[in-house]
Amino acid sequence: MVYSKRVDSRKFDQPREIEARVGIIKRADGSAYFKIGKTIAIAAVYGPRELYPAFKQNPETGILRCNYDMMSFSVTERKKPGPTRRSVEISLVTENALLPALDLSLFPNTVIDVFIQIIQADAGTRCAGISAAAMALADAGIPMKDLVSSISVGKVGDKIVLDLNKEEEDYEEGSTDIPVAIMPRNGEISLLQLDGDVEKEELLQALKLAKKGCDEIYKIQRQALKERYGGSAQDEL
Amino acid sequence: MSDLLVKDRTIVVPGEILAEGMDYIPSYGVFREQNRIVAMQLGLVSINGRVIKLIPLSGRYIPKKADVVIGKVADIGFYGWRVDIGWAFQANLGLKDASSEFIEKGADLSQYYDYGDIIAAQITNVSGSKIIDLSMKGPGLKKLKGGKIIEVSPSKVPRIIGKQGSMVNLIKEKTNCKIIVGQNGKIWISGLNPETELLATNSIYKIEQESHLDGLTDRIKEFLDKGVKNGLQ
Repeated sequence: MVYSKRVDSRKFDQPREIEARVGIIKRADGSAYFKIGKTIAIAAVYGPRELYPAFKQNPETGILRCNYDMMSFSVTERKKPGPTRRSVEISLVTENALLPALDLSLFPNTVIDVFIQIIQADAGTRCAGISAAAMALADAGIPMKDLVSSISVGKVGDKIVLDLNKEEEDYEEGSTDIPVAIMPRNGEISLLQLDGDVEKEELLQALKLAKKGCDEIYKIQRQALKERYGGSAQDEL
Repeated sequence: MSDLLVKDRTIVVPGEILAEGMDYIPSYGVFREQNRIVAMQLGLVSINGRVIKLIPLSGRYIPKKADVVIGKVADIGFYGWRVDIGWAFQANLGLKDASSEFIEKGADLSQYYDYGDIIAAQITNVSGSKIIDLSMKGPGLKKLKGGKIIEVSPSKVPRIIGKQGSMVNLIKEKTNCKIIVGQNGKIWISGLNPETELLATNSIYKIEQESHLDGLTDRIKEFLDKGVKNGLQ
């Protein structure tokens, strides 16, 4: 069970190539594109807007509503359109991963809708979705305590690796997938899921690796957001 | 000892640390976390003495007291109108504040403002986010007849107005259009002919796009002069 070389000849602590862009959907209040390897996620934010049914309104704070979905052509075998058990769960964990970073108390009774579409899937889609959604929320001008960066770590064979792709996720001699979302400023973890089995030491090592990966993603997210409004733009106003 | 970690007028993203130490005071768009001052929005840093605030670069319009907004009459009730001003909730325009003339109780309110009418009004009160009161009493507040409405990002409105209205006055002067700029990003333009309206529209869009670049006023002036020379005699 020795996994000595990664299938795409990356280093064990090296993420796939990352590309991020902000403001790709004109009619949305905020939007973002996030590509990691062959996985592509787009996110659109609408709101704050009126929330119906009215009984869901909260007079103390605004509500975040996430909607994660995979496009039918995003995977090798056609995915039936519409929500599935899996996408409903991921919508929920995305919501919980983003909520600690947001401050919606300014917008009572309203809702902020986040739509995440996976247009190409090659493992790590929920992480790509969260990273894209965080950028889209910032682009929409929603007050946030921090951005959220997300990446998956895991164990392939006997090795702890960063950012698994689909081939590694399906590694026949066993693989463990651990999606992590981190708020980079204080390193707080807002999403941690685990599919497979790990030892305690391995998990701690994996989380350290995730922190490193998220810092890298944070840099790219920050860069993309600043570029949208003209780089450093020192001569403004 | 306090340290400033960013320069004035730089773009920051949410979560970026702007200053350390207790000497600086957080204002709009930033918050204090232990002894650090952290950005809460995507925006431009503005440092004024010890006060640090952010000028947001994006986002929807958030109603504020005393803002002049342009809205559309969405509903007529017994005691006033409901006006859509581009926020999650419609604003109230009560009978008492609707007009300088006296409106009798039980009068047909659609005589004054009908469904779909566009009005310029001022926000008198924002309580919670659900209740926004409007008033039509004030200079320039009226029903807007004719002309057209364009929409821009609300965060760009201060640039379109300019210092003491310098920018919008420049456009008014060169194109001879009547222009009312709502803080909610809706702008009403009414000119003598479509060409002047088009020139005014294009110059406003140009301001919106190039608002972060230097020497904006000069470029807009040039753009307007060229437009006047080429099309409008």
